Amino acid sequence: MPQQPPIYRVEGLTRVYGEGASAVHALRGVDLELPPGEITVLLGPSGSGKSTLLNILGGLDRPSAGRAWFRGEELTAMSDRALTRYRRDNLGFVFQFYNLMPSLTAEENVELVTEIARNPMDPAEALALVGLDTRKDHFPSQLSGGEQQRVAIARAVAKRPDVLLCDEPTGALDSATGREVLGVLQHLNRSLGSTVMIVTHAAATAEMADRVIRFTDGAIRSVEHNDAPRAAAEIEW
Amino acid sequence: MSTLDRKLSRDLWRMKGQAAAIAVVMALGVMMQVMMAGLVVTLDETRRGYYERYRFAEVFAPVTRAPSHVLHQVAGLPGVARAEGRISGAARIELSDRAVPVAAQALSLPDHAEPALNAIRLQQGRLFDPGAPEEVVLLDTFAAAHGLRPGDALQVVMNGARRSLRITGLARSPEFLYAAAPGEMVPDDARYAVLWMSQTSLSASFDMKGAYSEFLVTLTRGTDPRGVIEALDHLLKPWGGSGAYDREDQFSHRFVSEEINGLRDTAAAIPPVFLGIAAFLLNIVIARMVQAEREEIGLLKAFGYRGSEIGGHYLKLVLAIAVAGALLGALLGILSGRAMVQLYLHFYKFPFLVFRLDPGALALGLVVSVLAAAAGGAVVLRQIFALHPAEAMRPPAPADYRRAGRWAGALKALDQPTRMVLRRFTRTPFRMLGAVVGITFGMGLSVGMLTIHAGFNQAVALSFDVLDRSEATVSFTHAVSQKTLLELARHPGVLRVEGARSVPVVLRNGRRTHRGAITGLPPDPELLRALTPDYIPIALDGPGLVLSTALARKLKAQAGDVLTVEVREGAQPALRLPVTGVSETVLGAPAYMALEALDRALFEPGRISSAALRLDPAQAEAVQVWLRDQPVVAGVSLKSEARDAFERVMNQGTGATRFIMAAVAFTITFGIIYNAARIALAERAHDLASLRVIGFSKGEAAYVLLGELGLVTLLALPCGAFLGWGIAHMLAAAYSSDLYTITVVFRPAAFGFAALVVISGAVLSGLLVKRDVDRADLVAALKTRD
Ligand SMILES: Nc1ncnc2c1ncn2[C@@H]1O[C@H](COP(=O)(O)OP(=O)(O)OP(=O)(O)O)[C@@H](O)[C@H]1O
Ligand SMILES: [Mg+2]
Repeated sequence: MPQQPPIYRVEGLTRVYGEGASAVHALRGVDLELPPGEITVLLGPSGSGKSTLLNILGGLDRPSAGRAWFRGEELTAMSDRALTRYRRDNLGFVFQFYNLMPSLTAEENVELVTEIARNPMDPAEALALVGLDTRKDHFPSQLSGGEQQRVAIARAVAKRPDVLLCDEPTGALDSATGREVLGVLQHLNRSLGSTVMIVTHAAATAEMADRVIRFTDGAIRSVEHNDAPRAAAEIEW
Repeated sequence: MSTLDRKLSRDLWRMKGQAAAIAVVMALGVMMQVMMAGLVVTLDETRRGYYERYRFAEVFAPVTRAPSHVLHQVAGLPGVARAEGRISGAARIELSDRAVPVAAQALSLPDHAEPALNAIRLQQGRLFDPGAPEEVVLLDTFAAAHGLRPGDALQVVMNGARRSLRITGLARSPEFLYAAAPGEMVPDDARYAVLWMSQTSLSASFDMKGAYSEFLVTLTRGTDPRGVIEALDHLLKPWGGSGAYDREDQFSHRFVSEEINGLRDTAAAIPPVFLGIAAFLLNIVIARMVQAEREEIGLLKAFGYRGSEIGGHYLKLVLAIAVAGALLGALLGILSGRAMVQLYLHFYKFPFLVFRLDPGALALGLVVSVLAAAAGGAVVLRQIFALHPAEAMRPPAPADYRRAGRWAGALKALDQPTRMVLRRFTRTPFRMLGAVVGITFGMGLSVGMLTIHAGFNQAVALSFDVLDRSEATVSFTHAVSQKTLLELARHPGVLRVEGARSVPVVLRNGRRTHRGAITGLPPDPELLRALTPDYIPIALDGPGLVLSTALARKLKAQAGDVLTVEVREGAQPALRLPVTGVSETVLGAPAYMALEALDRALFEPGRISSAALRLDPAQAEAVQVWLRDQPVVAGVSLKSEARDAFERVMNQGTGATRFIMAAVAFTITFGIIYNAARIALAERAHDLASLRVIGFSKGEAAYVLLGELGLVTLLALPCGAFLGWGIAHMLAAAYSSDLYTITVVFRPAAFGFAALVVISGAVLSGLLVKRDVDRADLVAALKTRD
């Protein structure tokens, strides 16, 4: 198999919050290369810097030091305008705290993204993928936490993004729904070749990954390759 | 409709209470602007049209008696476009329903032709028949005040002879847009009349066959009236010309101009204050509103929405509110303008008055609202855009407790909710400051308006109880001997009599001039007095002038200056008189002088032109009846009637705008406070829900919110009191005119009442907001992060 150029490359990425004695080192010099089309799972204890890394890769935050590239273009050198373009054209997000618009219905929350995407799915179709097609007219306040989570995932996959960045997508879900949701991510990865990055505390998720990265204290402890990832439906919780 | 637009409409609906409060505040600012500017345009344009249509003269030249052929000479003067001659004389109307006769002016119109100038507008009935000398056309507002109609008879005394006339028609004219009885400033329809009669008929009464007593002139385009006045004065000198004057000095024109100028000043000074305050509030509120949307903005950015798209979205939100407010304001401005126009019709005898919109004012109102709103939103959007989306999506960084730490010791003594209230002030001082400033403006507006109300009431009391303590003023047909006073004093029921002499003059101080009168007062008067601003009587002696504050201001003169005084009566001497003092006045712009010195300067010793009377109430009626039959009496004006008329003009004329302003001030005040409360609720909804969840009662949760509102209000009250004092001075200057002077008087009640308005606004807002706190769905509040 010919070596593909990496979709993400990261060198010496550092992120420090605050200054002086109270400074928090969320990332301490992370180096990483991710080939395209893989599912990567990021594991690590709470506060180890997983969300911080994801935010920087997603162009939502900037590192204190170090550089990051997306398909050879340096993210860390991009203007805000270029980052916006990058997010709009390439990324799908699932946030740790769902972040739905309270004044929009489930379907409208999905539409918010599909309206500015180049090749989106039908919002109803995306909601069907997460099993919520019957709840499309409900507002976030009328949905359970897990249901809100699933709307957030439908919203992320609906634009058929090149890259899906998911922060604890199954955190609030029971095992059956969790498996279904992961299945959607895997389906997207297999059918469209989307690169998927999943931050999770559920170690079992690693079974479906091509690559597993373990994080502690702002640094990578290990990277494992999984030559035979399992189908999401087969994962034991 | 795009999803963002749907979000927009839902967000608007969600914050409808607050959006409405903002829109209303904005609307009131725009309303004032539209109403005031519209009134100026309406009066100005209507007057211009009226003048043109009825050929109102530009220069007036009264003479004693000039043969009619002089008219050709007048018409031939360079710069004169048209000329007309007429007979003008004083008349007295005797009415069965009034003891006191009514002063009137009789004017002639050509027998067979339309007058070249100063035509009249027949409102009802027909013109007189020149062959029927008893026929007369009457000023319609006077007729209406007494229920007179065409066909009715009228008893009139002219030149000492009683004539029985018949009314054929009712009319008004641009010459009498503003008409007040002689010696008075304030119009009273019931007490002043104009009679139009045929040349033939009137010349018989006044011994004016083949002669005129006044010439009217219009000028060719671009002619300076001063040249024509000079030429006229020269031409008419042999015929007893008492000095030609231009429109600016014509009684009616001058007062209407005063009104329009006053209104223009007020329109320039006051609506911008309201508009400015409204814009400021809008700015603050929108800024805080957008601030509250910070997480959603971060989310939109995370999805790849561009800054321009997000900015456009919020701009739409802001514009929806601002434009709705401005349009509502325009509508209110037109409605209130129309209502005001009806009031003006009572004072200014326009044939019609249709409120006109001043497009400039409307545009200004719209632009200011939209810009203020957009600026408020833009500043915050920029702040939020400066954050990384990851940061914006998180709730704002937890507040810095370090500053609060210093107070921690002191706070320990207080209970937890009180500490939460106080910490808001140390943690978010700028937000609290914004709220304090907002309510300060509200308090300031209320104090200003109420203090001005007190000023208006003070003006009435000062004018009619302090400066002038007479009960009636008798004006004579000509300057009579002081002996007349003795006659008056001897009459039963007359308790005190003081004579006065009023002489028409032109006063000049350098290039500043004033056409008015000097009033000669007896030594140590008790009835009509000149007082210092501290109400100490000013002794008049020697040939010195005491100017009213209004006149001193107009002439820029002070004690020690020497004025040139051109007398426009009798031998018309020109005098140089020093200013010896300045007296407090309310009505008009009088100048006082010792009676004796005045008579001496005129070489007419011992003459008076009017007398102030104090009457025994029981015999007042009888005295009036007796006065009516005295041939030298031109008119009697009763203080009670003059007082009513003055109160009317202040409550229904320009002064009426102050009621609208007060209403607007109170509404704005409420809007400000309500907004402050709503914003506080929006910012703390989450905290309050959390408090309730951990076991605080509804009352305790509400206390955290209302305590903050209460504290903000308390801080704003004293600041607003000071601001209001300043606003009152500004209003007083804007309302004062040649017609009346409004002074600012300190009335604790005004402050008390304003504070009451603010506090009730706070209580009401508190109750409205508390209802929402009580109703808060705890689960929903905690589930979504909004
Ligand atoms: N805005 C911030 N200011 C200060 N410190 C921050 C901020 N955001 C994150 N941190 C700190 O940075 C470190 C890494 O945070 P991050 O959110 O990346 O952790 P995480 O691995 O995603 O944890 P979790 O599994 O709990 O979500 C933590 O110690 C956190 O407290
Ligand atoms: Mg995290």
